[in-house]
Amino acid sequence: MSEIIVVTSGKGGVGKTTTTANIGAGLAALGHKVVLVDADIGLRNLDVVLGLENRIVYDITDVTEGHCRLRQALIKDKRYEGLFLLPAAQTKDKTAVNPEQMKKLCGELAAEFEYVIIDCPAGIEQGFRNAIAGAQKAIVVTTPEVAAVRDADRVIGLLEAAELRNPALIINRIRPKMVRHGDMMGIEDIIDILAVDLLGVVPEDELVVISTNRGETVVSDERSRSGQAYRNIVRRIKGEAVPMMNLDDSGFLGRLRRIIGLK
Amino acid sequence: MFEFLARVFGRETTASKNVAKERLRLVLVHDRAGVSPQLLETLKNELIKVISNYMDIDEKALEVSLETSEDQVALVASIPVRGMKRIPKELASSI
Repeated sequence: MSEIIVVTSGKGGVGKTTTTANIGAGLAALGHKVVLVDADIGLRNLDVVLGLENRIVYDITDVTEGHCRLRQALIKDKRYEGLFLLPAAQTKDKTAVNPEQMKKLCGELAAEFEYVIIDCPAGIEQGFRNAIAGAQKAIVVTTPEVAAVRDADRVIGLLEAAELRNPALIINRIRPKMVRHGDMMGIEDIIDILAVDLLGVVPEDELVVISTNRGETVVSDERSRSGQAYRNIVRRIKGEAVPMMNLDDSGFLGRLRRIIGLK
Repeated sequence: MFEFLARVFGRETTASKNVAKERLRLVLVHDRAGVSPQLLETLKNELIKVISNYMDIDEKALEVSLETSEDQVALVASIPVRGMKRIPKELASSI
Protein backbone atom coordinates (compact mmCIF):
# COMPACT_ATOMS: atom_id res chain seq x y z
CA MET A 1 0.00 0.00 0.00
CA SER A 2 1.60 3.25 -1.08
CA GLU A 3 1.00 6.82 -0.06
CA ILE A 4 0.85 9.86 -2.33
CA ILE A 5 1.66 13.01 -0.39
CA VAL A 6 1.83 16.60 -1.66
CA VAL A 7 4.03 19.15 0.13
CA THR A 8 2.58 22.63 -0.23
CA SER A 9 2.56 26.06 1.45
CA GLY A 10 1.04 28.84 -0.60
CA LYS A 11 3.86 31.24 0.12
CA GLY A 12 7.21 30.74 -1.55
CA GLY A 13 10.50 30.44 0.28
CA VAL A 14 9.24 28.72 3.42
CA GLY A 15 11.09 25.49 2.72
CA LYS A 16 8.81 23.23 0.68
CA THR A 17 11.57 21.86 -1.49
CA THR A 18 13.98 21.35 1.43
CA THR A 19 11.20 19.61 3.35
CA THR A 20 10.34 17.36 0.39
CA ALA A 21 13.99 16.41 -0.08
CA ASN A 22 14.54 15.63 3.59
CA ILE A 23 11.37 13.61 4.01
CA GLY A 24 12.24 11.64 0.89
CA ALA A 25 15.83 11.01 1.97
CA GLY A 26 14.70 10.17 5.50
CA LEU A 27 12.18 7.58 4.28
CA ALA A 28 14.72 6.11 1.89
CA ALA A 29 17.30 5.90 4.71
CA LEU A 30 14.83 3.68 6.57
CA GLY A 31 14.74 1.37 3.58
CA HIS A 32 11.60 2.57 1.82
CA LYS A 33 11.21 2.96 -1.90
CA VAL A 34 10.48 6.63 -2.52
CA VAL A 35 9.97 8.86 -5.55
CA LEU A 36 10.04 12.64 -5.31
CA VAL A 37 8.09 14.49 -7.99
CA ASP A 38 9.06 18.09 -8.75
CA ALA A 39 5.78 19.70 -9.82
CA ASP A 40 7.25 23.18 -10.01
CA ILE A 41 7.40 23.31 -13.79
CA GLY A 42 9.48 26.19 -15.13
CA LEU A 43 11.24 26.73 -11.80
CA ARG A 44 12.72 23.36 -10.98
CA ASN A 45 14.78 23.21 -7.82
CA LEU A 46 14.41 19.82 -6.23
CA ASP A 47 17.21 18.52 -8.49
CA VAL A 48 19.77 20.99 -7.12
CA VAL A 49 18.66 20.51 -3.52
CA LEU A 50 19.30 16.78 -3.96
CA GLY A 51 22.52 17.34 -5.92
CA LEU A 52 21.13 15.55 -8.98
CA GLU A 53 21.09 18.49 -11.41
CA ASN A 54 23.75 17.08 -13.71
CA ARG A 55 21.98 13.82 -14.33
CA ILE A 56 18.70 14.99 -15.84
CA VAL A 57 17.93 13.66 -19.28
CA TYR A 58 14.15 13.55 -19.44
CA ASP A 59 11.61 15.40 -17.32
CA ILE A 60 7.98 15.18 -16.22
CA THR A 61 6.55 16.66 -19.42
CA ASP A 62 8.55 14.20 -21.52
CA VAL A 63 6.66 11.50 -19.67
CA THR A 64 3.20 13.06 -19.91
CA GLU A 65 3.70 13.86 -23.59
CA GLY A 66 4.94 10.37 -24.30
CA HIS A 67 8.50 11.27 -25.41
CA CYS A 68 9.94 8.70 -23.03
CA ARG A 69 8.90 5.95 -20.65
CA LEU A 70 8.40 6.79 -16.99
CA ARG A 71 11.37 4.60 -16.00
CA GLN A 72 13.71 6.57 -18.27
CA ALA A 73 12.86 9.89 -16.64
CA LEU A 74 13.47 8.71 -13.07
CA ILE A 75 16.85 9.64 -11.61
CA LYS A 76 18.30 7.38 -8.98
CA ASP A 77 19.90 9.08 -6.00
CA LYS A 78 23.59 8.48 -5.35
CA ARG A 79 23.44 8.22 -1.57
CA TYR A 80 20.13 6.59 -0.82
CA GLU A 81 19.18 3.25 -2.22
CA GLY A 82 15.51 3.44 -3.10
CA LEU A 83 15.29 7.22 -3.59
CA PHE A 84 14.30 8.50 -7.02
CA LEU A 85 13.53 11.90 -8.54
CA LEU A 86 11.15 12.79 -11.33
CA PRO A 87 12.39 16.25 -12.32
CA ALA A 88 10.24 19.15 -13.48
CA ALA A 89 10.63 20.66 -16.93
CA GLN A 90 12.60 23.89 -16.88
CA THR A 91 11.78 25.37 -20.27
CA LYS A 92 8.01 25.01 -20.17
CA ASP A 93 5.30 26.61 -18.05
CA LYS A 94 2.72 25.28 -15.61
CA THR A 95 0.16 24.62 -18.34
CA ALA A 96 2.43 21.93 -19.86
CA VAL A 97 0.80 19.40 -17.51
CA ASN A 98 -2.85 19.11 -16.53
CA PRO A 99 -4.52 17.60 -13.45
CA GLU A 100 -5.69 14.51 -15.37
CA GLN A 101 -2.14 13.73 -16.49
CA MET A 102 -0.88 14.22 -12.94
CA LYS A 103 -3.49 11.80 -11.57
CA LYS A 104 -2.47 9.18 -14.07
CA LEU A 105 1.22 9.74 -13.38
CA CYS A 106 0.75 9.48 -9.61
CA GLY A 107 -1.16 6.24 -10.07
CA GLU A 108 1.66 4.75 -12.14
CA LEU A 109 4.28 5.84 -9.61
CA ALA A 110 2.26 4.48 -6.70
CA ALA A 111 2.35 1.06 -8.35
CA GLU A 112 6.17 1.07 -8.11
CA PHE A 113 6.93 3.07 -4.98
CA GLU A 114 5.85 3.01 -1.34
CA TYR A 115 5.91 6.79 -1.09
CA VAL A 116 5.21 9.32 -3.84
CA ILE A 117 6.03 12.79 -2.56
CA ILE A 118 5.12 15.79 -4.67
CA ASP A 119 6.87 19.14 -4.32
CA CYS A 120 4.19 21.73 -5.06
CA PRO A 121 5.01 25.15 -6.56
CA ALA A 122 4.25 28.32 -4.59
CA GLY A 123 0.95 29.99 -5.37
CA ILE A 124 -2.57 28.67 -5.74
CA GLU A 125 -2.97 28.64 -9.51
CA GLN A 126 -2.63 25.94 -12.14
CA GLY A 127 0.66 24.62 -10.78
CA PHE A 128 -0.94 24.08 -7.39
CA ARG A 129 -4.00 22.43 -8.96
CA ASN A 130 -1.74 20.07 -10.87
CA ALA A 131 0.38 19.19 -7.87
CA ILE A 132 -2.55 18.29 -5.63
CA ALA A 133 -4.61 16.51 -8.30
CA GLY A 134 -3.16 13.05 -7.69
CA ALA A 135 -2.42 13.34 -3.97
CA GLN A 136 -4.13 11.46 -1.15
CA LYS A 137 -2.59 13.44 1.69
CA ALA A 138 -1.20 16.92 2.11
CA ILE A 139 1.56 18.44 4.19
CA VAL A 140 1.48 22.21 4.64
CA VAL A 141 4.77 23.95 5.41
CA THR A 142 4.82 27.34 7.09
CA THR A 143 7.21 29.60 8.99
CA PRO A 144 6.32 31.61 12.10
CA GLU A 145 5.51 34.76 10.13
CA VAL A 146 2.22 36.52 9.51
CA ALA A 147 2.45 36.26 5.72
CA ALA A 148 3.39 32.58 5.70
CA VAL A 149 0.69 31.54 8.19
CA ARG A 150 -1.91 33.57 6.32
CA ASP A 151 -1.05 31.82 3.06
CA ALA A 152 -1.03 28.46 4.83
CA ASP A 153 -4.58 29.16 6.02
CA ARG A 154 -5.68 29.90 2.47
CA VAL A 155 -4.04 26.75 1.16
CA ILE A 156 -5.63 24.62 3.89
CA GLY A 157 -9.02 25.97 2.78
CA LEU A 158 -8.29 25.13 -0.85
CA LEU A 159 -7.00 21.65 0.03
CA GLU A 160 -10.16 20.89 1.97
CA ALA A 161 -12.28 22.17 -0.89
CA ALA A 162 -10.37 19.70 -3.09
CA GLU A 163 -11.23 16.84 -0.69
CA LEU A 164 -7.73 16.69 0.79
CA ARG A 165 -8.92 16.79 4.36
CA ASN A 166 -6.86 17.10 7.54
CA PRO A 167 -3.62 18.37 6.09
CA ALA A 168 -0.66 18.05 8.48
CA LEU A 169 1.40 21.09 9.38
CA ILE A 170 5.16 21.52 9.53
CA ILE A 171 6.41 24.69 11.19
CA ASN A 172 9.77 25.44 9.66
CA ARG A 173 12.62 27.71 10.73
CA ILE A 174 11.42 28.36 14.22
CA ARG A 175 13.87 30.13 16.53
CA PRO A 176 13.32 28.88 20.08
CA LYS A 177 15.18 31.80 21.63
CA MET A 178 13.01 34.38 19.88
CA VAL A 179 9.87 32.44 20.82
CA ARG A 180 11.02 32.41 24.44
CA HIS A 181 11.50 36.17 24.35
CA GLY A 182 8.05 36.68 22.88
CA ASP A 183 9.40 37.91 19.57
CA MET A 184 8.28 35.04 17.39
CA MET A 185 5.00 33.15 17.25
CA GLY A 186 5.35 29.77 18.88
CA ILE A 187 3.92 26.35 18.07
CA GLU A 188 0.72 26.83 20.10
CA ASP A 189 0.09 30.25 18.59
CA ILE A 190 0.18 28.88 15.07
CA ILE A 191 -1.76 25.69 15.79
CA ASP A 192 -4.39 27.78 17.58
CA ILE A 193 -4.92 29.90 14.53
CA LEU A 194 -4.78 27.24 11.82
CA ALA A 195 -6.55 24.47 13.74
CA VAL A 196 -4.74 21.58 12.02
CA ASP A 197 -2.66 18.64 13.21
CA LEU A 198 1.03 19.26 13.78
CA LEU A 199 3.39 16.92 11.95
CA GLY A 200 6.59 18.53 13.15
CA VAL A 201 8.62 21.59 14.01
CA VAL A 202 12.00 22.27 12.39
CA PRO A 203 14.32 24.74 14.10
CA GLU A 204 16.28 27.30 12.12
CA ASP A 205 19.63 25.67 11.43
CA GLU A 206 22.72 26.84 9.55
CA LEU A 207 23.47 23.22 8.73
CA VAL A 208 20.51 23.25 6.33
CA VAL A 209 22.20 26.02 4.32
CA ILE A 210 25.54 24.21 4.41
CA SER A 211 24.16 20.84 3.35
CA THR A 212 22.01 22.44 0.63
CA ASN A 213 25.13 24.20 -0.71
CA ARG A 214 26.62 20.76 -1.19
CA GLY A 215 23.50 19.22 -2.66
CA GLU A 216 22.99 17.05 0.40
CA THR A 217 20.13 16.60 2.84
CA VAL A 218 20.46 17.44 6.52
CA VAL A 219 18.25 14.53 7.61
CA SER A 220 21.22 12.15 7.75
CA ASP A 221 23.33 14.53 9.87
CA GLU A 222 23.26 12.97 13.31
CA ARG A 223 24.42 16.10 15.13
CA SER A 224 21.97 18.45 13.46
CA ARG A 225 18.87 19.68 15.32
CA SER A 226 16.97 20.16 12.07
CA GLY A 227 18.09 16.73 10.95
CA GLN A 228 16.66 15.27 14.15
CA ALA A 229 13.42 17.18 13.52
CA TYR A 230 13.17 15.73 10.00
CA ARG A 231 13.92 12.22 11.26
CA ASN A 232 11.07 12.61 13.73
CA ILE A 233 8.75 13.85 10.98
CA VAL A 234 9.65 10.84 8.83
CA ARG A 235 8.79 8.46 11.66
CA ARG A 236 5.46 10.22 12.22
CA ILE A 237 4.67 9.88 8.51
CA LYS A 238 5.26 6.14 8.98
CA GLY A 239 2.64 6.21 11.71
CA GLU A 240 4.87 6.13 14.81
CA ALA A 241 3.98 8.31 17.77
CA VAL A 242 7.08 10.41 18.29
CA PRO A 243 6.98 13.16 20.92
CA MET A 244 7.84 16.68 19.81
CA MET A 245 11.46 17.39 20.56
CA ASN A 246 12.36 19.97 23.16
CA LEU A 247 13.58 22.92 21.12
CA ASP A 248 14.44 25.11 24.03
CA ASP A 249 17.92 23.95 24.89
CA SER A 250 19.92 27.10 24.49
CA GLY A 251 20.32 27.52 28.26
CA PHE A 252 23.18 26.09 30.28
CA LEU A 253 21.50 22.75 30.94
CA GLY A 254 20.54 22.42 27.30
CA ARG A 255 24.07 23.04 26.17
CA LEU A 256 25.34 20.55 28.70
CA ARG A 257 22.80 18.01 27.54
CA ARG A 258 23.93 18.49 23.95
CA ILE A 259 27.59 18.20 24.83
CA ILE A 260 27.07 14.89 26.57
CA GLY A 261 24.92 13.76 23.69
CA LEU A 262 21.45 13.59 25.21
CA LYS A 263 18.74 14.88 22.91
CA MET B 1 7.11 53.66 33.97
CA PHE B 2 5.44 50.29 34.28
CA GLU B 3 6.16 49.58 30.68
CA PHE B 4 9.79 50.45 31.22
CA LEU B 5 10.02 48.12 34.19
CA ALA B 6 8.19 45.43 32.32
CA ARG B 7 10.69 45.72 29.51
CA VAL B 8 13.62 45.62 31.91
CA PHE B 9 12.29 42.45 33.43
CA GLY B 10 11.50 40.97 30.06
CA ARG B 11 7.73 40.74 30.48
CA GLU B 12 5.72 40.19 27.36
CA THR B 13 3.74 43.41 27.36
CA THR B 14 5.54 44.68 24.28
CA ALA B 15 6.19 41.29 22.74
CA SER B 16 6.11 41.58 18.97
CA LYS B 17 4.72 38.07 18.81
CA ASN B 18 1.44 39.29 20.23
CA VAL B 19 1.31 42.04 17.64
CA ALA B 20 1.91 39.45 14.93
CA LYS B 21 -0.78 37.17 16.34
CA GLU B 22 -3.36 39.92 16.52
CA ARG B 23 -2.63 41.14 13.00
CA LEU B 24 -2.82 37.57 11.75
CA ARG B 25 -6.12 36.99 13.51
CA LEU B 26 -7.65 40.03 11.85
CA VAL B 27 -6.31 39.35 8.42
CA LEU B 28 -7.71 35.81 8.61
CA VAL B 29 -11.15 37.07 9.63
CA HIS B 30 -11.11 39.11 6.43
CA ASP B 31 -9.70 36.29 4.32
CA ARG B 32 -12.05 33.64 5.62
CA ALA B 33 -15.09 35.94 5.45
CA GLY B 34 -14.20 37.07 1.97
CA VAL B 35 -14.34 33.59 0.47
CA SER B 36 -17.87 33.29 -0.82
CA PRO B 37 -20.67 35.64 -1.79
CA GLN B 38 -22.96 32.58 -1.69
CA LEU B 39 -22.46 32.36 2.04
CA LEU B 40 -23.72 35.91 2.49
CA GLU B 41 -26.67 35.17 0.23
CA THR B 42 -27.59 32.09 2.28
CA LEU B 43 -27.24 34.07 5.48
CA LYS B 44 -29.48 36.77 4.05
CA ASN B 45 -32.21 34.30 3.16
CA GLU B 46 -32.09 32.73 6.61
CA LEU B 47 -32.31 36.16 8.20
CA ILE B 48 -35.39 36.98 6.13
CA LYS B 49 -37.00 33.74 7.22
CA VAL B 50 -36.45 34.39 10.91
CA ILE B 51 -37.27 38.08 10.94
CA SER B 52 -40.43 37.54 8.88
CA ASN B 53 -41.86 35.62 11.82
CA TYR B 54 -41.93 38.86 13.75
CA MET B 55 -42.02 41.69 11.27
CA ASP B 56 -43.18 42.57 7.84
CA ILE B 57 -39.97 43.51 6.06
CA ASP B 58 -39.01 44.79 2.64
CA GLU B 59 -37.06 41.82 1.34
CA LYS B 60 -35.85 43.52 -1.80
CA ALA B 61 -34.29 46.43 0.07
CA LEU B 62 -32.59 44.20 2.60
CA GLU B 63 -28.83 44.53 2.61
CA VAL B 64 -26.30 42.36 4.39
CA SER B 65 -22.59 43.03 4.26
CA LEU B 66 -19.35 42.58 6.15
CA GLU B 67 -17.81 45.90 7.02
CA THR B 68 -14.21 46.10 8.04
CA SER B 69 -12.68 48.84 10.08
CA GLU B 70 -9.16 49.04 11.42
CA ASP B 71 -9.54 46.64 14.29
CA GLN B 72 -12.72 44.69 13.71
CA VAL B 73 -15.07 43.14 11.24
CA ALA B 74 -18.81 43.71 11.63
CA LEU B 75 -21.80 42.07 10.06
CA VAL B 76 -24.03 44.96 9.06
CA ALA B 77 -27.64 44.35 8.07
CA SER B 78 -30.01 47.05 6.87
CA ILE B 79 -33.56 45.76 7.08
CA PRO B 80 -36.40 48.15 6.26
CA VAL B 81 -39.46 47.27 8.38
CA ARG B 82 -42.88 47.79 6.82
CA GLY B 83 -44.83 46.87 9.90
CA MET B 84 -44.99 44.66 12.94
CA LYS B 85 -46.72 41.33 12.82
CA ARG B 86 -49.13 40.23 15.46
CA ILE B 87 -47.15 37.83 17.63
CA PRO B 88 -48.18 34.26 16.91
CA LYS B 89 -49.93 32.40 19.72
CA GLU B 90 -47.24 29.80 20.33
CA LEU B 91 -44.69 32.57 20.82
CA ALA B 92 -47.01 34.82 22.86
CA SER B 93 -47.24 32.27 25.64
CA SER B 94 -43.50 32.21 26.13
CA ILE B 95 -43.03 35.97 26.21
